[in-house]
Amino acid sequence: MSDEIKIKIRNLYKIFGDKPQMALAYVRNGMGKTELLAEHNHVLGLNNINVDMPAGKTTVIMGLSGSGKSTLIRHLNRLIDPSAGEVLVNGDDILSYNDKQLRDLRQHHMSMVFQKFALFPHRTVLENAGLAPSIEGMGKGKYQKDARKWLARVGLEGQDDQYPHQLSGGMQQRVGIARALTSNSDIMLMDEAFSALDPLIRTDMQNLLIELQAELAKTVVFITHDLDESLKLADHLVILKDGFVVQQGEPQHILLNPADPYIEAFVSDINRARVLRVRSVMRQTTEAMGEISGEVDHDANLESLIERSGGDTTNRYRVMKGGQQVGILEMTDLVRSLVPRGGSSDPDAARRAG
Amino acid sequence: MATYDFIFDGLGLRDWCGDGEKSGGPMSMADLLGETSGQKVEVSAWDTPFPSLDNLHDACNAIPQSRDLTSGLERGFLDIKDSLKIVVDPLTQPLSWALNEMLWVMQALPWWIMIPLLMLIAYAVGRSMKLVALVAVCFGFLAFVDYYDYTMQTLAIIFVCAFICVLFGVPIGIAMSRSDRVQRMMIPILDMLQTLPPFVYLIPLIFLFSVTEPKLYGIAIILYAIVPVIRLTDLGIRLVDRDVIEAADAFGMTKRQKLFGVQIPLALPNIMAGVNQTIMMSLAMVVIASLVSAPGLGVLVLRGIRSLELGVGLLSGLGIVLLAIILDRVTKAALARINASQK
Ligand SMILES: Nc1ncnc2c1ncn2[C@@H]1O[C@H](COP(=O)(O)OP(=O)(O)OP(=O)(O)O)[C@@H](O)[C@H]1O
Ligand SMILES: [Mg+2]
Repeated sequence: MSDEIKIKIRNLYKIFGDKPQMALAYVRNGMGKTELLAEHNHVLGLNNINVDMPAGKTTVIMGLSGSGKSTLIRHLNRLIDPSAGEVLVNGDDILSYNDKQLRDLRQHHMSMVFQKFALFPHRTVLENAGLAPSIEGMGKGKYQKDARKWLARVGLEGQDDQYPHQLSGGMQQRVGIARALTSNSDIMLMDEAFSALDPLIRTDMQNLLIELQAELAKTVVFITHDLDESLKLADHLVILKDGFVVQQGEPQHILLNPADPYIEAFVSDINRARVLRVRSVMRQTTEAMGEISGEVDHDANLESLIERSGGDTTNRYRVMKGGQQVGILEMTDLVRSLVPRGGSSDPDAARRAG
Repeated sequence: MATYDFIFDGLGLRDWCGDGEKSGGPMSMADLLGETSGQKVEVSAWDTPFPSLDNLHDACNAIPQSRDLTSGLERGFLDIKDSLKIVVDPLTQPLSWALNEMLWVMQALPWWIMIPLLMLIAYAVGRSMKLVALVAVCFGFLAFVDYYDYTMQTLAIIFVCAFICVLFGVPIGIAMSRSDRVQRMMIPILDMLQTLPPFVYLIPLIFLFSVTEPKLYGIAIILYAIVPVIRLTDLGIRLVDRDVIEAADAFGMTKRQKLFGVQIPLALPNIMAGVNQTIMMSLAMVVIASLVSAPGLGVLVLRGIRSLELGVGLLSGLGIVLLAIILDRVTKAALARINASQK
């Protein structure tokens, strides 16, 4: 996998209101969201966003309700136009696109999955899945093979002639994903795609997405307000608050080094043993070290190691990556990493900080 | 002399009013009565009249009487009438043709083709045998009491007018749904069309066209009946789920594709409800329009009123009710089919 950047967002601002340019000047001078709303009656949607989204990976944008996640993702296919800033896709400034180029971008390069599914109620499952080719004027006979393939891939065989209202929520979202896949675009935007589903189905869908990602390596931009979900899916995690980016980076890194109290509070009440990987808490070294209780893969989570050690904190493990030692893990480090910095275990702390 | 003399005297406008004498122009009835009986009209404070045109005229000749206003309106309309006619006449001529042709066709076809044909249409629209039976029974009954021709005339007029209402109403509704400005402009017009008593449309139309032209009643019916289909098309399109529209945008649909592929299909239940109401309102108006020579069952109703033929009036009234039931059921069946297919 390359480290190529697929989508670049540069100094992006979005202000909702009658005179966004006037309000923009205040925001650039450091005015915050609440002040702007109280004094000038404009809503600060996005405030100086800079994000690089790596190709073939999953970028998760996380934040509480109203933090501007939906606004941000809609800038990527220009369902919303910014007040200032740049959005580069494959190095192209999409803000300079005319209608035709924009349609081409939406038809061939970006697809979208919606929180409320947004299927066409008057079209069958097959016709919904084949939306992208049908927009290009392809007949059902032509696109049905492709659409069937993707429907089958997401686990919806033999439902072709059903209408969306005849399916359960989980099945409808599978149609939504098949619809996005049938467009064969290499970028997939998912706005809280799993938030409307119940927890078990949600886990299923997350696993489906991980499987698809391993196979297809699309550039996925995934939005969620759920930290567990974001840690499960993210290669790159962006945390938004009141329209600005509080912290972004590798999820493990954010978990271990929260940049401010807002994020600290956010990450304090998750199951760290399940989320943290051995590689994130080991000491990097290729030297052999005293007494070793065993070898462990660098990508294993801490939970599995705790189980293996039987809770013995005196153990020490050799961390392996591709048959090579990359580090040493002391169980005492592991145990220490389980306690969040700041030590808060109050589930409401995140909300209060935000 | 008159109640409001003091205003003009006080403001020193007496000269502007002309000479103090009330000359010229016919007097009001009260003045006339007062004069003949030789009594002075004494007005107590309790009876102070509203400062209306007529009462002000009494005090000052320069103020016009209210009948000058109405006759002025009339003269104004008559003045623009000819130029209006040059524009409107050719534009509406196709309506006359369509009405004439439809009336001719529906009466020229023998009943044993016409009734089965109507049954077939009912089946095609509603897909229900019960509905077809209802159509057969109703038309059978109307033909049996020798109202067949009248019924066909009424039906022909409704078909033409409702068709034209849909033809113009749906695009107008679409235009309204796409622009708030158009909507703001149209709503007062629609409100006016809907609240004006139907007889009021007829008056200027009679001046504009000759009573022998079918378009006279055609226009009256269309103006009255077009409102619901416009309103419900606008509403239907505006009510289409925003998320679905967003999905259509996100996948790169053009405006046209969105309109024909998403908005109209999803607004169809509302549009059909509008068509149903439009048809019902044309039926109501076609009866009134018989005052201006629209043929059909309305003529019989009118005969019932004019020459107090109770039986004719009641029977033709029943005929109109039967027609209304059929038209309503058939369009509602179509609506139900659309609803079932998209929920
Ligand atoms: N069209 C609009 N007009 C005015 N304000 C808007 C508009 N759209 C969004 N906003 C404001 O922008 C902010 C961000 O909204 P956004 O929908 O992006 O939040 P979100 O993070 O997606 O929240 P949620 O989790 O509830 O979906 C909110 O304060 C919202 O009120
Ligand atoms: Mg949102």
